[in-house]
Formats: sequence, C-alpha cells, structure tokens
Amino acid sequence: MSNNREQAQPANDRHPLPGEGGRGEGSNVSRRGFLATSAAALAGLTLAPGINLIEIAAAKPDSEPVTSKVRWGMLIDTTRCQSGCTDCVSACGKENGLGEVTKPRTDAQWIRKIDLTDLKSGHALSLPMMCQHCANPPCVDVCPTGASFKRADGIVLVDRHTCIGCRYCMMACPYKARSFVHEPHTDQNPEVPRGQGCVESCTLCVHRVDRGGTPACVEACAAAGHNAMMFGDLNNPESEISKRIREVKTTQVRADLKLDLGVRYEGI
Amino acid sequence: MKALAIAVLWGLTFAAAHAAESGRTPKPVIAIEKPGQCVEATDVMRRDHMKLLKHQRDKTMHQGIRSKPHSLNECIACHASQKTGSVIGAEGFCQSCHDYAAVKLDCWDCHQPKPGQKAATGVRP
Repeated sequence: MSNNREQAQPANDRHPLPGEGGRGEGSNVSRRGFLATSAAALAGLTLAPGINLIEIAAAKPDSEPVTSKVRWGMLIDTTRCQSGCTDCVSACGKENGLGEVTKPRTDAQWIRKIDLTDLKSGHALSLPMMCQHCANPPCVDVCPTGASFKRADGIVLVDRHTCIGCRYCMMACPYKARSFVHEPHTDQNPEVPRGQGCVESCTLCVHRVDRGGTPACVEACAAAGHNAMMFGDLNNPESEISKRIREVKTTQVRADLKLDLGVRYEGI
Repeated sequence: MKALAIAVLWGLTFAAAHAAESGRTPKPVIAIEKPGQCVEATDVMRRDHMKLLKHQRDKTMHQGIRSKPHSLNECIACHASQKTGSVIGAEGFCQSCHDYAAVKLDCWDCHQPKPGQKAATGVRP
C-alpha cells in the first residue's frame, strides 16, 4: 500500500546546533552521554578493523537520523525482579503521562507486572511485560496505513499522525503490548504526545534514548536498587547488554514465533 | 440584499474569532510577547509554518531527528501566552489566528499546548 505521507528529507537544518550530542536527561548524565562527549577526542580511534569507537559509542547529535548501526534492546533479569514492586510501571506512567490505571479494562498500559507460578513446583516468578520491540513485528505487518513502523534502530512505534485507530495491531501482537486510547487527554508530557483514538505502546522512551538517556523504567528499577532491567545496544558486542547475553542463558518470550525480540529475559 | 448576505456571512465567519476590534472588522490577536528573531522570516512563517512543522514532524517521528528550530515544542516555548501559559484559548497565538482563518487545529488533541507541562494524572475526569 502506498503511503503518500511527505517523505522526510535528509537533515537540512539552517541552524545546526553545535554540541547538541550527548545531552543527558537532567541529572541523568548517562554513561553513553559521557562517552559521546568524549568521543570527539577519541575520533578515529579504532578498536578493531572496521570498528571505530566513535561509531559504536556516540549518542547521535539531534540533527542526525537514527541508523541501523545500533539496535536498542533490553535484558530483564527475573531473578532480581521483586514480586509486588511496580516501580517500573509507575515510572512509565509518570514519564509518559499515562497516570494511574484506574480502569484496567480500558486504561493504557505500556508496561505491566506479571506474577507467574509453576503449579507443580511452586516456583514463582515476577517480571515486567511490555512491547518486545520485535525485529519482525506483526503489528507492522498488519497495519493498513503504515502508522505502525519500526525505526532503523529497532524501536517499534506508532505514528499517531497516520494511525486511524483500527486496532488491528492490537489483535496481531502476541504480547498484548498495545493499548487504545479511549478518552481525551489534556495533560500530556510535551515530549510524549498522546490522545484519543490512537493505538500506543512502549516507545522504549524514545525521546530520552534519542538524547542519550535510558528508559524511565530502567532508571526506576536501578533507583529501587533491584537493577533487574538493563538497556543497551544489542548490535555492539562491547555493550554491557551484549556481554551479558553472551554469558548467560536468556529467553525470548514465544521464541517459536521467530520475531527476534529486542527485549530478552533471564531466569525464565 | 446581496450586501446584507455578505454582511451576514462575515458576521458568521468572524463571530467565533473573538478577536480584538480594530475599526469595522475583527482581527486575530497576534501577541508577540517575546520579541526577537523567529526561526524564519515573518512572511515565510505566515505562509509556510505548516509545511515546516509537518516536515519536522516526520523527521522526528521516523528518523529521531530532534533538532530544535522547526519543532512544535520550540514554537510553543516562545509563543505561549504569559497570561494563560498556552498557545490555545481565545487569544492564544495559534488558536486566535486559526479561528480567524477558519482552519481547524487538531494538533492539540495529542500535543501539549503549554510549555514545560508535567503530566499529573493523564486522564481527564
């Protein structure tokens, strides 16, 4: 289906903003942000043939498009995730203006906590479940307008300007990750526009990630001292998340669907 | 008779504009509370602001380009009324002109018209 949306052109801003790269979110000057600012000094430093430090470590400047050199992903350690703790859920609600879930049947839930118990052994697990940011997302396959799409860096998003609210993607998602906005909203976070009549889901806090930050849930989990969530670049073999995935057994939920998930779980 | 019909049409068109009277015809309220240089020349902004915004919208959404000059949030940051803190409302920078021109604005169904707003509860009661 052709999409007659005006195609975005390469960056042609009249006012390139020098030194925009590597801005952290408030006090959260992330490790990546720090690396980005120091990357200029390290330009040209080669780790291995074809791999430059600046390419794999730099947070992109605001005026640069995202590339497929990075693939954002998350690793959730279910052995550290505490049953009863919902800090990630409330941090997500606060960051994205979702608020408290008062009507669970219809209120938007971008991330939810799930408690699982093996009936035979009694082994209990607690884990957060959200959009798994598939490399082959079924929501994108079924979207009739092209509103559901995957960014070059692997983040799956809904373009609300094109979404007609048909909810086909909600049917297609095996993870029940998407929500439909039923009611009008007025107090959105300026960085996270959202309103009645569109489907939405976890964006991996794309507005933070684009500026070198990490998702709000990951930050909240670390702040609570659980450190059960790790965010990073799955394409960079030197990133903490890649090292961890190399070292321990991790699981993709419903791996049989071969969707190549960006969110991996440890300990399930 | 024709003159009367035209007068009625004018009245209907601009009744909603709620604009400051100057002379016989109502005009939109265009209050520039923070004088200074806009990101483009005034005539370019008047004619093409929607194109600039739409272009930047697609770049931000699909390519993650969050440079400031043509972003909606930067427009809001500069043009929000100091009285209401917003670009909408009868005398808001965006709405008063759009009411005058009878061009429907649906940006604010999703976007936040107040700069620096921090979400509290999310759902309108």
